[in-house]
Amino acid sequence: MPVYEVFRQERKGQAFQHAGSIPAPDAAFAEAWAREQYGRRGESVALWLVPRDAIHEVEDFPDEFDLKYRRVDGYSIKSRLKEARERAGTAAPGDR
Amino acid sequence: MDEQEFLEYVQAGGQVEVGDWMPDDYRSRLVKFVEMHAGSELMGVLPEREWILRAPTLQRKLALTAKVQDEVGHAQLLYRVVEDLGKPRESSLDDLLSGKAKFHNVFHYATASWGDVGVIAWLVDAAAIVSQKALLKSSYAPYARIMKKICWEESFHILHGRDVVLAMVTGTEGQRELVQEAVNRWWPPLMQFHGNPIPRDDDPMYVWRIKSQGNEEARQQFLEGYVPQVRELGLELPDPKLRRRDDGVWEYTEPDWDELRHVVTGHGPMSEQRLDLRRLARANSAWATQLLLAEAA
Amino acid sequence: MNERVRLLLEIADDELILGWRDSEWTGIAPYLEEDVAFSSISQNEIGHARALYELAAAELGTTADALALDRAPEDYRCAPLVELRRLEWARTIARHWLYETADAVRLEALKSSSDPELAGLAAKIDREELYHRMHAEMWIDRLLAAEEGRAKLEEAVLELWPYALGVLDDELRPVFAERARARLPFPLPDVEPVTRGQHTAELAELLEEMTSVRRSAPGAEW
Repeated sequence: MPVYEVFRQERKGQAFQHAGSIPAPDAAFAEAWAREQYGRRGESVALWLVPRDAIHEVEDFPDEFDLKYRRVDGYSIKSRLKEARERAGTAAPGDR
Repeated sequence: MDEQEFLEYVQAGGQVEVGDWMPDDYRSRLVKFVEMHAGSELMGVLPEREWILRAPTLQRKLALTAKVQDEVGHAQLLYRVVEDLGKPRESSLDDLLSGKAKFHNVFHYATASWGDVGVIAWLVDAAAIVSQKALLKSSYAPYARIMKKICWEESFHILHGRDVVLAMVTGTEGQRELVQEAVNRWWPPLMQFHGNPIPRDDDPMYVWRIKSQGNEEARQQFLEGYVPQVRELGLELPDPKLRRRDDGVWEYTEPDWDELRHVVTGHGPMSEQRLDLRRLARANSAWATQLLLAEAA
Repeated sequence: MNERVRLLLEIADDELILGWRDSEWTGIAPYLEEDVAFSSISQNEIGHARALYELAAAELGTTADALALDRAPEDYRCAPLVELRRLEWARTIARHWLYETADAVRLEALKSSSDPELAGLAAKIDREELYHRMHAEMWIDRLLAAEEGRAKLEEAVLELWPYALGVLDDELRPVFAERARARLPFPLPDVEPVTRGQHTAELAELLEEMTSVRRSAPGAEW
């Protein structure tokens, strides 16, 4: 039996999150069954049902060269900022 | 990653997904553990099911049906985890019904009255939720994730059970007696529920961090939480040795571990009868199940 | 008993007894996912019964629980169709579809009732029944698509057909019969309906079990 992955949205505006899976003979059964398994308590306002085969997983992200220039942790401006303030005479008492 | 690295990884809090490499021992124990959990949810339905048909008010009828429905839903979630690990559901059901796969001791006992309905929903589910909370951070991520839904649903069960008990202990003398009598019968299996006190570092489920708590820890947590709740209703617990020490540890009469083993291997008072009911139901509906499993027309 | 109360009890009793019968599948349905879904249907039915009993109870000065659980078997007004104990999947689906189809006709009529409370409740019930009908249709499609399924469905429908005809009165019955014939690909005979007003032996048995705990402490809180 094809397996349908179920994504649920708890409240309007929130992201759809993966909630589980339902093996079902067809989309009609998948809907009927998912509706009850993931919505009978009013815990979801919407569901996405996706045949497992349609899901394309991507999980290899090489980070060999530590490309910090494009992340916030790639920048350390403290010492230059201090020097710039000293030159401009705007150094605050808290600056070391 | 080799087995030692894997062990260090999970013991440091690491989690794995279905497609990740895992040691054979981890995988086989995991499948067995989740299967036992799934089978317990499925068999747990049967003691309560007959009382659905006898619920004394519409509210209780609805609540009990919803509770049992949740348990079937939990079985669905758990068998899906097992299926994704490679064991088909029909194969798991074969093993359950042949007695090869075990299920928790408490579901091998008879239910005698509506008092049992309250006590089971309250105390058995409470014992279960202690174990289940220890699975929320399971090293096997798909299992950890479904435990969140399971724990959320179980919390209503306990409240419903406590409400049923409260209605009876504030009701007639006869109703109160039913509750006390049920407590007397269910206490020994409850004390056995969390398993024998194997040190957690000798317990593969803990070593692999499939669960985050040893058996005795779980039992102590259950006692700490629920003995006061039972006693505050004026109900007695049938163990003269049961008491809380000054250091916070609960003392109790050592449960009969042989009896536990005897029961979970299918020799409980209702084991065979309940498995027979499932076998019969499965056989009678096999044509419909096959119709669902068949290739699309 | 006035006409309004009579009608309320008829529908409430249908939903109660059918809901009770449907709840017998909880835990033992043919597939786990179906078990969960079918259990919701049975709970919805009991919920509908409760809402209908509450309207009747307000008029009669009693409670929904008392109406649901404290009457003598001969005072229930349900159609014999819902009383039958048929813990077999083909008959369960056949009854489910036949009842939902008849009930749809009944609800359509009630939604345009001049009684606003009744019309409002009928509309509310119908919004849930939509999903019951979708569920039943889904199963009918699945059964009809396979030879064995079709044979079992036909056998079950024919067995229940006289009872199904008894759910509605002379005025609405032909509408139901026409819809059933339009949907099902096998002939449905002209037979005498097993009408409301008579009960099967199964009802008394069901009520006996249903009320056993309640009767053990009459008047008690549970």
